[in-house]
Amino acid sequence: MLYLRQVWTVAGKDLRSELRTKESLNAAISFAIVILVLFSFAVDPSADQIKEISGGLLWLVFAFAGALILNRSFARELGNDCLDALVSSPIPGSALFLGKALGNFVLLTIVELVSLPIFGVLYNTQWARQLWMLMTILLLTTWGVTVIGTMFSALTVNLRLRELMLPTLIYPMMIPALMSAMRLTTLLIAGEPIPAGDEIWIRLLIGFDIIFTALAVGLVEVVLVG
Amino acid sequence: MRTKILAALCLVSGLWLVRNLYVIFLTLGDEAAQGAIYRIIYFHVPSWITCFTAFFVAGVSSLLYLIRKNSHFDTLAVATVEVGVAFTIVGLVTGSIWGRIIWGIWWTWDPRLTWALITCIIYAGYLMLRHAIDDPTARAKNSAVLCIFSFTSVVITYKAIDWWRTQHPGPVLSFRTGGGNIDPAMEHMLFQNLGALLLLCAVIVAVRMRQEDMQREVESMRRYAHAL
Repeated sequence: MLYLRQVWTVAGKDLRSELRTKESLNAAISFAIVILVLFSFAVDPSADQIKEISGGLLWLVFAFAGALILNRSFARELGNDCLDALVSSPIPGSALFLGKALGNFVLLTIVELVSLPIFGVLYNTQWARQLWMLMTILLLTTWGVTVIGTMFSALTVNLRLRELMLPTLIYPMMIPALMSAMRLTTLLIAGEPIPAGDEIWIRLLIGFDIIFTALAVGLVEVVLVG
Repeated sequence: MRTKILAALCLVSGLWLVRNLYVIFLTLGDEAAQGAIYRIIYFHVPSWITCFTAFFVAGVSSLLYLIRKNSHFDTLAVATVEVGVAFTIVGLVTGSIWGRIIWGIWWTWDPRLTWALITCIIYAGYLMLRHAIDDPTARAKNSAVLCIFSFTSVVITYKAIDWWRTQHPGPVLSFRTGGGNIDPAMEHMLFQNLGALLLLCAVIVAVRMRQEDMQREVESMRRYAHAL
């Protein structure tokens, strides 16, 4: 119970400071909209094409916009040595990590929920025909992306080339989750249920979340404390 | 003494490879369906097994580094990853050449191929991360964590042909299929070449570890000089 409160305290701190300044959130949402707009110029897709590429387009947008949020996650603690203060606070490293991950998860979900209707309007697509399944896939993938991103944000926080290294490291690592999400989202936005043969992608997504959450929780103490 | 042993092992692996080449090209016959190009399997499959072995050793030594904090494990990890990436590239290139002849294309986005490429990129990222960190302790610690994360992609690459129906051929070796998919003489030769490549890999890793140890020594001397 105490552990959960510690997680929530860290997540609450991150969310409060982000929602008050809206630094990364505004940047990520604007960035997502800009990519959505740019993409329509790049391809000028027809309604049928949109059915085929919607998942890929959306998850590229979410992944790129997500990197902006994830990059700031630990970097924001560098000023005034806040990271040292956090590490020396009487909570376990895993609680600190889970709190940060939860904060990022909420922020990234907000970006996605804002982007989806904008996508629907710009590309004339009824995206909500399989709403609940779509939300499930969205949340599962977002958690996987957030866990990897938060962990690697901690790994790269002290690097000179942080802004460059984080995307280079996280995108290949996220591919299993993104690949599953792109495939499933394309089907769901087209209004089709997930066929029996494609259930392996949901299993892959759940397995990805479990394995990387366990790895990150187990190893984060080493990264933060040494 | 150590140099002589390494040179001798290097010579053994070189001669072993030459002998294998002789058998592969002059003794063994063509495969019934594919003709002469099938011979690439004697390098393709062993180089993948070698790189998987290297990445496995790197993963275990990274874990041991985090437990014991002994820099030798970090040295072993970086040496095996570097050699592993080289063998991954050999595997990708040989596979690509085979694909060009049999499928008519150099590359296809099939799950096995895709994940093999992702594995290569992830471990290249590991090497990049090492270059980006100056402090040796932070470098060893952070790259050990990344190495453990990276090993998941090796597992996915290995199991991809079981999990998906891939364009990449399914398992052929007896320990995965229970036998019957490959002529015993061909399989025997494949393992011979695997032995030679593993030995070569071990020699290169040993040489690379010595370089890394020396570099560590130079770095510590430099720091000492600065402190003075």
